[in-house]
Amino acid sequence: MDYAIIVLLQVVVTIANLALISAGLAVIFGMMRIINMAHGEFLMLGGYAALVSHQAGLNLWLSIFVVAPLVVGLVGAVIERLVIRRLYGRMIDTMLATWGVSLALVGLITVIFGNTVAGVSPPLGSLEIGAYAIGRYELLVAGVSALLFAAGWWVLARTPVGLIARAAMQNRDMAAALGVDPARVYAATFVTGAAISGLAGALIAPIAGVAPTIGAAYIAKTFITVISGGAAILAGTLSAAGLLGAVNAAFSFLTGPVLGEVALLACAVLLLRLLPQGVTGRFFRRSL
Amino acid sequence: MTAAAPLLEARDLVMRFGDVTAVGGVSMTVGEGELRCLIGPNGAGKSTFFKMLSGQLRPTSGAVALRGRSIVGLPASRIARLGVGVKTQTPSVFDGLTVMESVRIATDALLPPQLARRRADEALERMRIPHLAGATVGLLAHGQRQLVELAMVVAQAPDLILLDEPAAGMTGVEVDRLGDLIVELARSSSVIVVEHDMAFIRRIARTVTVFNRGQVLAEGPAAEVMADARVRDVYLGKDAA
Amino acid sequence: MTVSLRSALGFAAIAAAAFYALVVVPQGGDLTTMINGSIYASYAILALSLALIWGYGGVLSFGQAAFFGLAGYVYAVAGLNLGDTALAALIAVASAAAFAALLGYFMFWGRVSDVYLGVITLTVSLILYRFINQTAGEEWTIGAAPLGGFNGIPSTPIMTALGKPDETLMPEQIYALSVGALVVCYLICRLVIATRFGRAVVAIRENPVRAELLGYDTRFYKLGIFTLGGAIAGVGGVAFANSVFVSPTMFNLQTNGQVIIWVIVGGLGTLAGPVIGCFAMLSLSTWLGSLDGGGWTDPNLVMGVVLTFCVVALRKGLLPTALGLGERLFAVARERMGAPKLGEPRAAEDRP
Repeated sequence: MDYAIIVLLQVVVTIANLALISAGLAVIFGMMRIINMAHGEFLMLGGYAALVSHQAGLNLWLSIFVVAPLVVGLVGAVIERLVIRRLYGRMIDTMLATWGVSLALVGLITVIFGNTVAGVSPPLGSLEIGAYAIGRYELLVAGVSALLFAAGWWVLARTPVGLIARAAMQNRDMAAALGVDPARVYAATFVTGAAISGLAGALIAPIAGVAPTIGAAYIAKTFITVISGGAAILAGTLSAAGLLGAVNAAFSFLTGPVLGEVALLACAVLLLRLLPQGVTGRFFRRSL
Repeated sequence: MTAAAPLLEARDLVMRFGDVTAVGGVSMTVGEGELRCLIGPNGAGKSTFFKMLSGQLRPTSGAVALRGRSIVGLPASRIARLGVGVKTQTPSVFDGLTVMESVRIATDALLPPQLARRRADEALERMRIPHLAGATVGLLAHGQRQLVELAMVVAQAPDLILLDEPAAGMTGVEVDRLGDLIVELARSSSVIVVEHDMAFIRRIARTVTVFNRGQVLAEGPAAEVMADARVRDVYLGKDAA
Repeated sequence: MTVSLRSALGFAAIAAAAFYALVVVPQGGDLTTMINGSIYASYAILALSLALIWGYGGVLSFGQAAFFGLAGYVYAVAGLNLGDTALAALIAVASAAAFAALLGYFMFWGRVSDVYLGVITLTVSLILYRFINQTAGEEWTIGAAPLGGFNGIPSTPIMTALGKPDETLMPEQIYALSVGALVVCYLICRLVIATRFGRAVVAIRENPVRAELLGYDTRFYKLGIFTLGGAIAGVGGVAFANSVFVSPTMFNLQTNGQVIIWVIVGGLGTLAGPVIGCFAMLSLSTWLGSLDGGGWTDPNLVMGVVLTFCVVALRKGLLPTALGLGERLFAVARERMGAPKLGEPRAAEDRP
């Protein structure tokens, strides 16, 4: 019984984690139909921002929830200005350029902080269930992930900003019809996606640690999650994270973590053969 | 059975995009060597109908048969090989290739090299554009690109040719020449033409089918259809206003 | 410049480069030069494979190194188990091609978009990387070959002379073999592009809808060129395995990014450009690495800035931009001398 609960919690945590680190990427993909190749580095920057400000004496929670999203959002704004805006409408070029940004950020952080792993141990201790234990912090991260998606739903469904975003998701010219400059929608999208990635990167930093090249560890999983989900930001990410996270966790239990990710990928490739537009390209089409 | 089957038979074709019904139950029969005109206001479903015939769209329901053989669900490339040639509404050409290379791509698809070369030359002659053979397609004027696309279609000598607004963007002289050409094409193939230019249609048409809101509104000899009050209402009336 | 003149010049340049690489460089070349030369040539073959499928087939694989690494590993494992390195090399290239065909089937028959295709290929490569990286334990041994995790397989066998399994090739022979493989792969690409199949592939890149409407099953042609690209990348992987030894870095993110950079810097739509781009960028990396400036810069930083700059500012890549500039100067010079312009299509004057 205890074992079943801990397994269940572990699966939930895996899924929530996957959804969390994919969220910022999903925002940019849903609105702009491009994959931000520098996504892993945004996560990495979020981790460094939280870590450095914490080491400078700031409260850990402030570092994670305020400093990291602000810093990475700002970086996103600069990159949008310098690169993304110049490639408006050229999707593949935009992806290639963000790949360049990704490499440059890895290089820059290596120059500043050196190629070493840094970290802070997860706060809050662990929760014991019978003979088993799970980190309380990990549960908290899962909770934050759930809150983030609930907030996302509220913004999209209930606010004027959400109306514009939904219009842009359905049809790029529609935002213009609502009297909003599409370029501003794109800029806001990119900055929002970056800020969310910053928050996610900061949240997982105590669990996973940070290093200049840590972004590469996340991108395969997040790319495939967002692509498998399809264009709907929330429903797509959640459904794909649920499916792929469950497959990943199940195979990790059965065969060890090495094959867990291989199974995740195989599942995703099969999924795309069946549903080339992603889960939400076929089901829940009207969802957010 | 199949020997007596008409070249093209479409029955109750329906195409829905979500809640929108673009084509709502169209039936049409085209015989060997027939020249048919499709007219109708913008959004009447003519291009969608064409795309279902060519395999670019899979109909929501309904049947299409070519000489009695069902072609619904076949990929566009298979349908092309069965003898259906398509000229799309905006010229769909190979911008980075030369005119001759483009037409060779068309003939190479079906013929051995020797014959492919000869047929490509003939197609350029027929379109009266041999002088453009070495020109890059992307640099040509709109009307010339239309001719290049037509040359690719004609070079394959299809049994059925679908022409979606072939005269768009052409000058008066070019339009006249095109009319002659279409009439000539109809001697060896069946041709369906979508057009807006009424003078052009009067010139070439024998049988006219009128589309409106995804359905066939009227069908018959050109003069008869154009005298139809309903047709005048939805189409000519609107144009005249 | 006319097309034939340009291709003649191109062939002359290739022949000169091959002569230089195969005859001049080995004269008095030391061991480091030989080994670095083999590595460069292996990477150049990888660049060539992407130049073919992206520049001519319009298939943008972000994870081309997957086939490079896979072939390397298959070569090492098969070589250690079979003892026959020539057979192992064949199996390795065939595996890379088969894997490309399988992946291509899923992508092209699923008709996924360019964005999806790039991401899927990269993800495949990264998952392979993560998988191999975690195979350090003893349980990950295939026959006589331990996979070795992040250390790779230092005991990767080196090719032996044909029919003499005891005679391991010397570094300069591996170098000659790698450069030779590069030249052969280049010629194969040129030949394929000139066939009916190659022309169809280019036409499909230009306009897939029109190609379908003319009777070409685009999925089949894309699968064909993608599989050939996988095989060529596999040849590069085998050459790399012989130059150093196989390790997971062969399919990591950085290697995949570098291939893209080589092709973009060298120019999309040419075969020689990406090879030149590969040599240029690798030399730049080596030079930057040799600078002892106290870590003021980092190869990743330079690569990233170069990639972003090329995409944002030079759409055609360095080689085509330079060639274009050269042609314009050439045309201006000819005009000054009163000769007719060669670059103009003849048809322009005959137009009615």
